[in-house]
Amino acid sequence: MTALAHIGSTGAGAQTPGGPAPEPTKKGGITAYLLLLPGVLWLLVFFVAPMAQLAAVSLQSQFPGYPGYYYRDVNFGSYVTAMTEYLPQFGRSLLFAGAATLLAFVLAYPLAYAMAFKAGKWRGLMMICVIAPFFTSFILRTIAWRQILADEGPIVGALKWLHVMPSSGRITETGFAVVAGLTYNFLPFMVLPIYASLERADPKIIEAGGDLYANGLTTFRRVTLPMSMPGVLAGTLLTFIPAAGDYVNAELLGSDSTKMVGNVIESQFFKVLGGFPVAAALSFTLMAVILALVFVYVRRYGTEELL
Amino acid sequence: MGIFSKSSGAFRDAKGDLILEDVTKSFATFTAVDDLSLTVPRGSFFALLGPSGCGKTTTLRMVAGLEQPTAGRIKIGSTDLTGSRPYERPVNTVFQSYALFPHLTVRDNVAFGPKRRGSADPVGEANKTLELVQLSHLADRKPTQLSGGQQQRVAVARALVNHPEVLLLDEPLGALDLKLRREMQVELKRIQMEVGLTFVHVTHDQEEAMTMADTVAVMNLGRIEQMGAPEVLYDLPRTKFVANFLGQSNMLHGTVAGIDGDFTVIGAGDHKVKVRTSRMAPGEGGEAIFGIRPEKTRVHDEAPSAGSDGASLGPGTLLDVSFTGVATQYLVDVPGVGRWAVYEQNLDLDRISNKPGDQVWISWNPGHAFGVRS
Repeated sequence: MTALAHIGSTGAGAQTPGGPAPEPTKKGGITAYLLLLPGVLWLLVFFVAPMAQLAAVSLQSQFPGYPGYYYRDVNFGSYVTAMTEYLPQFGRSLLFAGAATLLAFVLAYPLAYAMAFKAGKWRGLMMICVIAPFFTSFILRTIAWRQILADEGPIVGALKWLHVMPSSGRITETGFAVVAGLTYNFLPFMVLPIYASLERADPKIIEAGGDLYANGLTTFRRVTLPMSMPGVLAGTLLTFIPAAGDYVNAELLGSDSTKMVGNVIESQFFKVLGGFPVAAALSFTLMAVILALVFVYVRRYGTEELL
Repeated sequence: MGIFSKSSGAFRDAKGDLILEDVTKSFATFTAVDDLSLTVPRGSFFALLGPSGCGKTTTLRMVAGLEQPTAGRIKIGSTDLTGSRPYERPVNTVFQSYALFPHLTVRDNVAFGPKRRGSADPVGEANKTLELVQLSHLADRKPTQLSGGQQQRVAVARALVNHPEVLLLDEPLGALDLKLRREMQVELKRIQMEVGLTFVHVTHDQEEAMTMADTVAVMNLGRIEQMGAPEVLYDLPRTKFVANFLGQSNMLHGTVAGIDGDFTVIGAGDHKVKVRTSRMAPGEGGEAIFGIRPEKTRVHDEAPSAGSDGASLGPGTLLDVSFTGVATQYLVDVPGVGRWAVYEQNLDLDRISNKPGDQVWISWNPGHAFGVRS
């Protein structure tokens, strides 16, 4: 724009000699860059630089005979290790995160719908109930789930009493417990965007569905759900992405057979001598996989608001 | 309208007049519609007119099936629609906020109804109706890309495409500016003539109701105060509310003082005015209100001659003179009566010489006066 304005003004200046060509103003541009500067600096120092560092680490090679010592290299061996040795954990991460996202969606949609359209004066209270868990530590809440799902706990007891579960059955240290924990922990991130998109909608639009010969179910499928898609999309992304990288739930509620990729990264970084390159390679691979999945997902279900 | 509402009911293909029988709708703390009975002849343009909170929108929503009456029946012809769901009724609504589906194009919005009804060619029907409202060129746009007036026409097309037996319009022009509103009034009237469907139009704009409707029902506090052709309602209001809500009226509160031939004399203090007895609202009791429309009155600089007994007032003080081009409006304060308005068409060549503060008299043709009960 500035360049075009400049060309225009010099052209005019040439046609009317003697008339001073007006200086194109750049003040607006400079202000915008100044406003961007703190954020850009922050990202450079705390995001771009660590990412470059992580990439460098993932390509390092180990000094033979000196575990824990590396030299700078371009070695993709760690990526091969990551993708061969830890494939089950990768699959589990995506599966658990996917299951938790689906479960959270099934639980969150009716809740958000009720909050937006049916709650009336209870809406504020419901909102507080959704947000209140954030006031307690994430770790503590997950440990609390261990008590709830414990072998001697009320849920297992009730299920055994009802003979739904064999007397030797347990919930903790199963994949189900991990998925339940993930669902619980990320539920508010699903509820809030869906609620926001439903609350913004004119209830008359849903009435219009009924007025135009769509019964309750059809109105939901053709009007309410499509209208809330931006919220559903945001909610599923906000649940799936952190859930896929989570390791706390698998650590506290699962067993060795329910480890996710987050647990592997954690142990490679902190517990395995010489595990840094593999941990870095796992981190990068996870990021790439999630990016690819999100891209496909948003292309398929996204609305103009997001793309 | 829950997610899990039953879809058992079948579509009811009723034909005929819209009939409301003793319909009442009570909410927790108040009665929105109070024992309302009404017949809207098939193919007519009917207006429900009233101030906000009078129950007109609730009445409309009950016809649409969006609310269920507490008591009474709603029928089209001989088919009882009471209790049926909105999607089972041959009735469509044009919502005040338009309520267009934001995720669908204009064409898909209009095709929504035909698709649900299992039409063989919903898109063709949508295109044809968009032509009727002159929006074919915008069919591929999303509603948010249209102006208010265009959205309004999409809302009309989306309802019309279904050829409902009754089309309900809930203050459909309320969000438009004055010029566009006038255009849409003419447009809606044209469409109604063209398709010949029953239109029930809810509005608080008395001019809109009178311009468009064949029949106007004036509602107040959940009841119909008076119903009839606009010109009849305007000429002879039967209640004080109608006299004031439909146009303006000059009023004189008094008591029936006697009979003078064809006329009833109403007295208030020293003033005596007369109304044709046939133009008095029926009712007992001495209390009565005399009414005359401002445009039926004239101002004079001198006391009217002796022959105009009961058809003049004065002297009063001229408070304000406003020249509007077509007419001049006078505001006159008559002691013991109050402030009366006079609209005089500017037929004279002479400049208006009256000034605020002048002493004036008001006169009228006694045949134009009406009387209502207080």
